[in-house]
Amino acid sequence: MSGEAMNLTLRVWRQDDAEDAGRFETYNAPDISPDMSFLEMLDVVNEGIIADGGEPIAFDSDCREGICGTCSMVINGVAHGGQQGTTACQLHMRHFRDGDTITIEPWRATAFPVHRDLIVDRTSFERIQQAGGFISVRTGSVPDANATPVPKEDSDLAMDAAQCIGCGACVAACKNASAMLFVAAKVSHLSLMPQGQPERERRALAMVQQMDEEGFGNCTVTGSCEAVCPKEISLDFIARMNREYGRAILKSGCN
Amino acid sequence: MAAKKKTTAAKAKAAKKTTTRKTAPRAAKKVSQKKVPFKLDSGIPAGAMDEKWDKHRFNLKLVNPANKRKYEVIVVGSGLAGASAAATLAELGYNVKCFCYQDSPRRAHSIAAQGGINAAKNYQNDGDSVYRLFYDTVKGGDYRSREANVYRLAQVSVDIIDQCAAQGVPFAREYGGLLANRSFGGAQVSRTFYARGQTGQQLLLGAYSSLNRQIGLGKVKMYPRTEMLDVVLVEGHAKGIVVRDMVTGKISNHSAHAVVLATGGYGNVFFLSTNAMGCNVTAAYRAYKRGAAFANPCFTQIHPTCIPVSGEHQSKLTLMSESLRNDGRVWVPKDKKIAAKIRSGELNPKDIADKDRDYFLERKYPSFGNLVPRDVASRNAKEVCDEGRGVVPSGLGVYLDFADAIKRMGENTVRERYGNLFDMYEKITGSNAYKNPMTIYPAVHYTMGGLWVDYNLMSNLPGLFAIGEANFSDHGANRLGASALMQGLADGYFVLPYTIGQYLANVGIDDRPNQDDPAFSAVQQEVETRINNLLSINGDRTPTSFHRELGKIIWDNCGMSRNKKGLEEAIQIIPKLRKEFWQNLSVPGENASLNQSLEHAGRVADFLEFGELMCRDALQREESCGGHFREEHQTPEGEAKRNDAKFSFVGAWEYQGENKTPKLHKETLAYEEVKMTQRSYK
Ligand SMILES: Cc1cc2nc3c(=O)[nH]c(=O)nc-3n(C[C@H](O)[C@H](O)[C@H](O)COP(=O)(O)OP(=O)(O)OC[C@H]3O[C@@H](n4cnc5c(N)ncnc54)[C@H](O)[C@@H]3O)c2cc1C
Ligand code: FES
Repeated sequence: MSGEAMNLTLRVWRQDDAEDAGRFETYNAPDISPDMSFLEMLDVVNEGIIADGGEPIAFDSDCREGICGTCSMVINGVAHGGQQGTTACQLHMRHFRDGDTITIEPWRATAFPVHRDLIVDRTSFERIQQAGGFISVRTGSVPDANATPVPKEDSDLAMDAAQCIGCGACVAACKNASAMLFVAAKVSHLSLMPQGQPERERRALAMVQQMDEEGFGNCTVTGSCEAVCPKEISLDFIARMNREYGRAILKSGCN
Repeated sequence: MAAKKKTTAAKAKAAKKTTTRKTAPRAAKKVSQKKVPFKLDSGIPAGAMDEKWDKHRFNLKLVNPANKRKYEVIVVGSGLAGASAAATLAELGYNVKCFCYQDSPRRAHSIAAQGGINAAKNYQNDGDSVYRLFYDTVKGGDYRSREANVYRLAQVSVDIIDQCAAQGVPFAREYGGLLANRSFGGAQVSRTFYARGQTGQQLLLGAYSSLNRQIGLGKVKMYPRTEMLDVVLVEGHAKGIVVRDMVTGKISNHSAHAVVLATGGYGNVFFLSTNAMGCNVTAAYRAYKRGAAFANPCFTQIHPTCIPVSGEHQSKLTLMSESLRNDGRVWVPKDKKIAAKIRSGELNPKDIADKDRDYFLERKYPSFGNLVPRDVASRNAKEVCDEGRGVVPSGLGVYLDFADAIKRMGENTVRERYGNLFDMYEKITGSNAYKNPMTIYPAVHYTMGGLWVDYNLMSNLPGLFAIGEANFSDHGANRLGASALMQGLADGYFVLPYTIGQYLANVGIDDRPNQDDPAFSAVQQEVETRINNLLSINGDRTPTSFHRELGKIIWDNCGMSRNKKGLEEAIQIIPKLRKEFWQNLSVPGENASLNQSLEHAGRVADFLEFGELMCRDALQREESCGGHFREEHQTPEGEAKRNDAKFSFVGAWEYQGENKTPKLHKETLAYEEVKMTQRSYK
């Protein structure tokens, strides 16, 4: 498993807070084991920065196993670092070579202002979901789970969409900073389930409107979102959501 | 795609603006020293086991629906327990404030649960029932949980699945459209519901969607990236919390009629665990220091199938699903010289002939083999590694080998069953498990101990409730697979929203102190002083270095197996480490900004005290039960030996003051329904 330790150079985006202009700073990352995860490499570099009297690089992470969607950084120009279906926290150093220079930046999008260094504010995603990303059921007032059969194909497809971890890589990768893949995943998941039918139109309209209000860009279907999505959410869901939205507009009789 | 029509979102926003949160403030008082005397009363209702909960619900006081909006409830935590509770309380009409340290409630650690959730639906018609789930849970917990709580858990389990399905959770289905099940963790019935390997994620997204609906309606105010640092008591009742805004550093307080802690488990006291990086004991421990009893802190669960540590840099451990043991065979070389050659790379596992391999679980437990319970599998792996037969460079790892499974059913079938796990394994280790055996080692996974609560899930401090992994109530000394998700959602959707009404109806609408109450400023000041202290030590060691050292002490002395000598030593060393922490800690930066070192330092400070409490609890419990294995108490075959005559109790600790030995209280456990037997897996 183990290989030779590597010496790397990091160019890291440092920014004190949302108002600060920000700048790149360069750090040495000596003696990096290929078995480390990318974030563990940053931990090690941070311990060194603290020892030298500096302030560590702030970056977000929690589960470190690719499911919570907290970690968020652009590595060498690619959101999450370019290994297919892999979050930054699952990326391992064996994919780098001794002597490499690695550039690390935050998600960049108007709707994701920087809090500090690599940490951004993604509460715009929250507001989109608060606008309609739910099925209105009250606790306890529901039918038996097996009273509503769901065709396996529908449920599986809904699950493909529901796997989205809400990390925001799709926005970071898009030249328009569009949130379409994220919103499409959410809208598709619920509209594929029979339980989601009654609010189907309302949901699509409300979530899309909120997405627009948050300042995300338009979707021009370049597919860069799908390429970086750590859960490999398919672009097909965007097409599905466009149909959902069109249908909702027709039904509500206005635009 | 801008729709011009006024949508639900816009309406909800408008509604939010007009929602007022006024509650008659109580006249400011002096900081009251009055304490509610320490008392543990489980409050288990009388009557037959299967009628207790129904009768109790009927007897609980109700809050008048028109008055509910005049009550304010604080929920700390947005995992399965917190999100489900906050959403349900808001649906009932209460005003809720919900806090979490992540940037979104959806990222709470519950998101990481893989395997599934149990419920006594008996959809498979295989003989499951509420009674059987109850029985299995009490037995699995090695007879150290409360029967009445567990029975209620089994009862409401069926409602959970209905609730989640109605929220649109895409559970696994059969071709006929009905829900699929699998058997899990050695249960003899198929009662586990799942959504691929991401059950926790999907259940949490369901609870989160209900929470979002209430946030949109203005009934829940959500505070992400906000860390609770203390509880505020007024006349002995929990009436609020002090928090730090993790972006600006601002310290503030919030008052309420009641406080609910849904802050998860404390596995990170070990430094390395399968928990998320931010999981901590701070909220529960601060409550303990204010007088809440901490129950069974030494009951922790070690999961046998995790990816071994790869080096000093390791920041957390990754769980590989338990299902792998269905087809993988666990082994190490018989001879430790061979093991040494494997470790140094001179030998390859495939070079080892069958006769030189020790399939130690199959050898020792012929009837259960590789499927023995978590604690047994873990302990045996440790034992062979301690003998020098480990197979990874650190010496701490055993093989989980699929070569025979591939021979028997073909690589494709293995891929169908475990493909995603094999992929994950390769991502982390760089090794292909179809070609080489996996290596695994046990890791800390779950904590059964937690804040002591009564049948209403209220701690001994009136007004302070604890739900989910943060309480101690349902799993005894060992939790069964797929039962934590069930308990978190049972507490949050179906138990707390009823039982909290009893407390609220009793105290009345006016019993919410004004934020000017001196009790709040006093606690806030303590919190600020503590933060300033952390920042002004200016020593040489980072919070991580202290955390790692503490973790090693706890793992070595209060981990998979424990003994008197080790525990006594740990109780000696930990205070020394704590002392060094407060003299030699280095936290760069300031409070008034996003400062991750400061966040970590605060959590480590609490772990440094809590770790000692854990060791004390393990020391007093002179028996082996569930996840707690005391080397002095084992059968001649090396199995855990309970001492029911002396230790059939919940150990609840009361804080006595800085550097003073805490006081142990005992809640005796009585078993009316389930007959106590010694577990055997031979
Ligand atoms: C890898 C893994 C796999 C698992 N798989 C399963 C499984 O298949 N089935 C099963 O039943 N169980 C499983 N478990 C266990 C289960 O996931 C947890 O026990 C359960 O999800 C805990 O839920 P909770 O709501 O109590 O706490 P958590 O989900 O941990 O939530 C805690 C919440 O409290 C907040 N919080 C904590 N401290 C503070 C503070 N000081 N201030 C503010 N907020 C705070 C956090 O932000 C978070 O929102 C697994 C656990 C792990 C680690
Ligand atoms: S830290 Fe959770 S997905 Fe990366």
